[in-house]
Amino acid sequence: MSNASFVTLFPAIVGLSLVLFTLGAVGVLVRRNAIVIFMSVELMLNAANLAFIAFARAFNQIDGQVFVFFVMVVAAAEVAVGLALIVAIFRTRQSINVDDIHELKG
Amino acid sequence: LINLEVVVFGLLALIAVVSAVLTITSRNAVHSALFLVIVMSSLAVFFLGLWAPFVAMVQVAVYAGAIMVLFLFVIMLLGAEKLVGVRLGRSWQTPVAIGMGVVVVALGIFLLLNAPPVTVVDLPAEEIVQGSAEAIGQALYSTWLFPFEVVSFLLLVAMIGAVVMTRHERQKSA
Repeated sequence: MSNASFVTLFPAIVGLSLVLFTLGAVGVLVRRNAIVIFMSVELMLNAANLAFIAFARAFNQIDGQVFVFFVMVVAAAEVAVGLALIVAIFRTRQSINVDDIHELKG
Repeated sequence: LINLEVVVFGLLALIAVVSAVLTITSRNAVHSALFLVIVMSSLAVFFLGLWAPFVAMVQVAVYAGAIMVLFLFVIMLLGAEKLVGVRLGRSWQTPVAIGMGVVVVALGIFLLLNAPPVTVVDLPAEEIVQGSAEAIGQALYSTWLFPFEVVSFLLLVAMIGAVVMTRHERQKSA
């Protein structure tokens, strides 16, 4: 987008990032389905990525985009391990409700 | 200042927020996953508009593609679409969580409205940093070489971890 549009939109883009991040956090707190909680975490990561890209554009630097690349790589690794964990838990407990998984609760 | 770009990106932001709300409120986990794909796709369009074409393509291929397919695969493998309803936790948790979310968003919008306006230098087109694959690759293999190697190792560890975890379970049940 052009510089003029970007100056107009920059606070709105940071605000969008904020709203998406908060929605992800509320999803993590409210839902009890482990997979949906996991998807909410992905939503939070995406919101952070949007802020990174917006600030990279504002400062005319490439480093923010490189950092988003790293966040995506770590997210991919996290999803692979996390979903394997959920599958393993489901096989032993027949449930993915996080309230049912309380063996380690003090 | 209202022009076509502002209108288009405003509509995209609206789509992203509505889809995000539907992601965390859908009873069916498959619907949640598909709404999350919409959020990620609209963010990819944002990345394109913010001069990050490579990241936009990675967003579509890795996030909306690979990661969400993995999610859908696991949901359908476990038959977990409706195993857990929306409301099963402690009754006071939901209003408290929503209340805190509203407070955080209100605080953030207050800060944004009071922030000094961002100054963007009006650069000539050839000096604008475009996040092409070439530019990202240059940065990755010079400034960010060490983190790049660490992250490749992390991917290897995650791959082995996922294989080991599922294999262990199979031996147990057999």
